Parts: sequence; structure tokens; C-alpha cells
Amino acid sequence: MANDPIHQFQIAKWIPIEVGGLDLSFTNASAFMVATAVATGAFLYMTTSSRGLVPGRLQSISEMSYEFVASMLRDSAGSKGMKFFPLVFSLFMFVLVANLLGLFPYFYTITSQIIVTFALALLVIGTVIVYGFLKHGFGFLKLFVPSGIPALLVPLVVIIEVISFLSRPVSLSVRLFANMLAGHITLKVFAGFVTSLSAFGAIGVVGAILPLLMTVAITGLEFLVAFLQAYVFAVLTCMYLNDAVHPGH
Amino acid sequence: MFVTTAYAQEATPAPAEGAAHTEVAAEHGAAQGVFPPFDTSTYASQLLWLAISFGLFYLFLKNVALPRIGGILEVRRDRIAQDLDQAARMKAEADAAVAAYEQELAEAKAKANAIGNEASNAAKAEAEAKRKEVEAGLDQKLAAAEERIAGIKASAMSGVGAIAEETASAIVQSLVGGTVDKSEAAAAVKAAAE
Repeated sequence: MANDPIHQFQIAKWIPIEVGGLDLSFTNASAFMVATAVATGAFLYMTTSSRGLVPGRLQSISEMSYEFVASMLRDSAGSKGMKFFPLVFSLFMFVLVANLLGLFPYFYTITSQIIVTFALALLVIGTVIVYGFLKHGFGFLKLFVPSGIPALLVPLVVIIEVISFLSRPVSLSVRLFANMLAGHITLKVFAGFVTSLSAFGAIGVVGAILPLLMTVAITGLEFLVAFLQAYVFAVLTCMYLNDAVHPGH
Repeated sequence: MFVTTAYAQEATPAPAEGAAHTEVAAEHGAAQGVFPPFDTSTYASQLLWLAISFGLFYLFLKNVALPRIGGILEVRRDRIAQDLDQAARMKAEADAAVAAYEQELAEAKAKANAIGNEASNAAKAEAEAKRKEVEAGLDQKLAAAEERIAGIKASAMSGVGAIAEETASAIVQSLVGGTVDKSEAAAAVKAAAE
């Protein structure tokens, strides 16, 4: 069981709660959702508590992440898109910290659950649709009719645009989920090689050196992936929000 | 560590509960076989806790953390702009001071030049006057000297006639041995001199 690379994704009930036949238990996944939110919120709150004019190292991290997300959003959605800044920042930090926390041994990676990433993606697309219709009414549907195409092609292009729009939440969620899942499985498999090979005595220990090096290398790669996937998630969120703010392309 | 203990907790009750909870156990067993991310029985709990944690996280960031960081950045931006303004103002002041100093310097130079010129002109004029005075004195002295020389020359020349007469009469006396009339000698000298 120690070598089962799937075991790390197993959900364990810590506090069973059942309401009307629905299992709403507080699980290890729930604990890490709360931990992610609390750790990130506390970090942002505490590092900025001195409100230093000249920032310290930790305050710089908070400010850099703020300005990083702010410039990302401003670049893709313009200054009108800045009203979504709290949402994009929350998503970016939540996904980033969830990914990074998942890299600690024995920690649960909540972004390796498709339902979590899909819920976040639906939140983004839902925001785009609701805001788009509230702000532009049916003008929001111009999103599916790019300007400057021949009238003959309009029905075809509209179908393609609608399909691409509907596939957005899927691709957004599956990308993050699959990256985290695959990375953690690979990591677990190589780490499993180390333990099972070293059980075969001296030759096994020597043979375990290669998978050990791979484990170290993949851990490094996973840190990159953890950041990159959070970044990709946030950038795509910004681009989708841009459609809600400026539907006319 | 969390996962292992939690798993142990979850694993032990399943066989212990036994036949009394066959339904639960069966459900549990079925859930165990599924790849965990696709185990729909956990979705409700995950969605609920995600909504709670992410929702509170979003509200906290939106209302507390982000306004604070934004405020810090704004204060800093204002402060930097203010400092830049102040620096620009100080630079303008310094430039003005330099310009005033240079103007003063130029004025002082011009004044010094004027004073110098004036002084040198005065000195030149004085020197010229002195030179003229000296020259005039010298000319006067020269004229006096020339006059004296002319006088001496004239008197010498008049003296020469008398000496010649005396000499001639003396020569004649010593040669011929008689006296020569003074007027005769004078006429002879005059003739010889001409």
C-alpha cells in the first residue's frame, strides 16, 4: 500500500457529517482547502501588518504577488477588468498555494481532484456569463460572432465559437487537474522504486540511486509546474474575463 | 502522516461494523475501487468545503488583505511622486541659485574690467602728461643749450678775427720788423678769410 501511487489521492473522512442523505463530511481534502485559505490569508495579512513604506522580504512577496496579478489582469482585460481583481487574485493564490502545499510529503493536493478544479473553472465561466449578460445584455452574444467574416461563414464560425466557449471550463479544469495528478503519480512511482529497490540489499541500493535522482529532479519540476499551472489558470481567467468586459473582440 | 492515520481510522471501522452496516460497507467498498478523483460520492463534501473555504478566502482578500496591500502600494507611489516633485523643486532652486551666482559673477567681472580700464587710462594719461612735461623741459633745455652754443660760436668767431689780426701783425712784425697798421691787418685778414 505504501507503494500505491493512487493512495495519496484517497479521501479520508475526518469528521463525518451527513445532511439529508448527502455526505458533507469534513475530510482530509476539506482540511487542506481550509489550510490553503487560512495559510494564504494569514500570510498576506501578517506580512503587510507593519505597512512598511520600505517593504521587508515577506511584505515584498505579498506586494509582488499583488502587482503580478494586477499587471496580468490589466494587460489582458484592460482597466475595466480590474473590478475582477479580487477574484483573479484569490483564484491565483488559492491554486498556487494548494499546488505548493501538495508538494509536502503526506499533504493532500486538493487541485488533484477534478471536482475542485472544475468548480473553480465553472466559477470563472459563470462570472463571465453572468457579468457579460448583465453588462451588455444580448450584446454579449457578439462574442460568438467575430467581426469581419463573410456572411456565408457566420453559422459555421458561430458553432465553432460556441463549442470553444463551452469547452473552456473543461480545458481549464482538466489542465490543472491532470498536471497535478500526473506529477504526483510520477513522483510517487519513482519514489516507490527507491524503496522497493533498496529492499534487495546492496545491489538494490546502488540501483536505487537513479530513481532517487529522478525523484529529486521531478520534485524540482513539480515546483515549476505548481507555479506554472496556477499562472496559466489565472491568465486564462483574465482572458475569459476580457470577453465579458469587451465581448466585441 | 495525516493521510496514513486518517486512512487507518477509515479502514478499521469498515470490517468492525460488519453485517450491521452492510449497505455502508458495500458503498464504501465500491468507493474504494474507484479512482479517487472520479469518486462521485466525495463530490458533495468537496464542493461544500471548497465553497466555504474559497468563499471566505475571497471575502477576506477582497475586504481586508487586498485593500491593505493596495493602500501600501498607493502610499508608496504617492510618497515617491512627492519626493520626485520635491527633488525637482530643489533642483530648480539650485539652478536658479547657480544662474544668480553666475550673473553676479559676470557683473562683478564687468565692474572689475571697468575699474581696471579706468585706472589704466588714468595712469596712461598721467604718464603722457608727465612725458610731455619732461619733453617740454628737455626741448627748452635743448633750445637754451643751442642758444648758448650759438652765442659761444659767435663770440668765438668774433674772437678769431682779432686773434688773426694780432697773429698776422705779430708774424709781420717778426718777419718784416715793422709795425703794421691795425686796420690794414684787419683788411688782410678779412680778405684771407673770405
